[in-house]
Amino acid sequence: MNPRGCSEAVLGVARNLGLAGKVSVGIVHGDDIMERLEQFVADGIELRNMDTGESLTTVLDRVQSANVYFGAWPIVEALSRGARIVVTGRCTDTGLTLAPMLHEFGWARDDWDRVAAGTIAGHTIECGAQASGGNCMVDWETIPDLANVGYPIVEASSDGSFVITKHPGTGGRITPAVIKEQLVYEMGDPQAYITPDCVADFTSIQLADDGPDRVRMSGIRGNPETEFYKVSISYSAGYKAVGTLVYAWPDAFRKAEAADRILRERLDRLGLHFDEVLTEFVGANACHGPLAGTPPGDLAEVEFRIGVRSESKADVERFTKELAPLVLTGPPNVTGFAGGRPRVQEIVAYWPALIPKSVVEPVVEIAEA
Amino acid sequence: MKKVRLLDIAHARSGDKGDTANVGLIARRPEFYPVLVEHVTVDSVKAHFKGLVHGGVERFELPNLEALNFLLHEALGGGGTLSLKTDAQGKTYSSALLRMEIEIDDDLARLISD
Repeated sequence: MNPRGCSEAVLGVARNLGLAGKVSVGIVHGDDIMERLEQFVADGIELRNMDTGESLTTVLDRVQSANVYFGAWPIVEALSRGARIVVTGRCTDTGLTLAPMLHEFGWARDDWDRVAAGTIAGHTIECGAQASGGNCMVDWETIPDLANVGYPIVEASSDGSFVITKHPGTGGRITPAVIKEQLVYEMGDPQAYITPDCVADFTSIQLADDGPDRVRMSGIRGNPETEFYKVSISYSAGYKAVGTLVYAWPDAFRKAEAADRILRERLDRLGLHFDEVLTEFVGANACHGPLAGTPPGDLAEVEFRIGVRSESKADVERFTKELAPLVLTGPPNVTGFAGGRPRVQEIVAYWPALIPKSVVEPVVEIAEA
Repeated sequence: MKKVRLLDIAHARSGDKGDTANVGLIARRPEFYPVLVEHVTVDSVKAHFKGLVHGGVERFELPNLEALNFLLHEALGGGGTLSLKTDAQGKTYSSALLRMEIEIDDDLARLISD
């Protein structure tokens, strides 16, 4: 990420629009800690993987980026110093919504209930139209005009209550049921939704219907911020490739299963080494696995999908050459290979960690167009 | 008693965090929430997802939203970019949970809309 480069581009656009001297742009950086990782580890800040508990030293030589998630307050500082546009490095999605509320209403840093309210407003709209009818299960077929879906808007009040709505004349739908789906999206412990700004309690939210395409939220409670920022670290983790072939009726599923057996035997004979080989049958079990039950014998078609993962790029490349031959050497009524060999992808994996807030400082600068 | 699918009495949305999937399960009517609390337990969800979820299951209650939140661990083939799965983000685990069948009182079953 390059917030300075982005802000210079924004300033260039502003000047071209004749706004020279009329617009200030805020830049928030200091989130990039890539160059400081070795020192942190040497100082005993281990940056252990939050999921696995492993120490960062196991992948330190393969790290490609490391960024702290800042919250709303650096953006608030930029706004208070006159910025009308703010470009930030890594920051939380919720902070983008919370920051203008903190700025406009002047809420205190330790007004945890209101900070939590702004955070939950941010969570509600951070996935855009997922809060206004997109990806929504309730009565999905009757949700109108998704081609012109309206994006959710927060109408915020200084007391911490707010209304989620959308522009008149747009498609989609906003009801308590729709909002509930978005509230539980990517939820962990609902009483401890942790951001850099607070710990929000989703079990305190009171939802109310506030008219057509309007939902009011109030009663939100929050708890003090923690002493840590979350860090997003990416590292190189080998290679993968995924290939597919499509088998048609009759016996589509059994043909796809036979193709899988033949291909795996060939991979074995070639002596290739994979950390994982995964087969799925799209149309039968790719999404729900064994929960989908036994597929009916008369499926019109099945996609055979096989993926491999390895530290060895050469072995993954060799795998990609083994799929097309199956069309001539394997089960019949097969197609879907016209796209060519599967692409070998480098895996850039995610390493979530925590870092004490005391060792990282956001930097806010203001630039004039 | 009548056998129903969770799809008849609840809706859901799912997402991911690393190799953990979350499924938020929401009652379609307030009357159905106690049924979810009683029948859709850590143990029944763990058994339902056998073969798809390899780690533990956690459950959280949100009575204010008439919803339950489940965390399904070791569920996404390593998660994120490491995963080879079609559904590496667990986006369809919401409807996978709604396949579950439970028995409810006839009075409650009559509230299910067509």
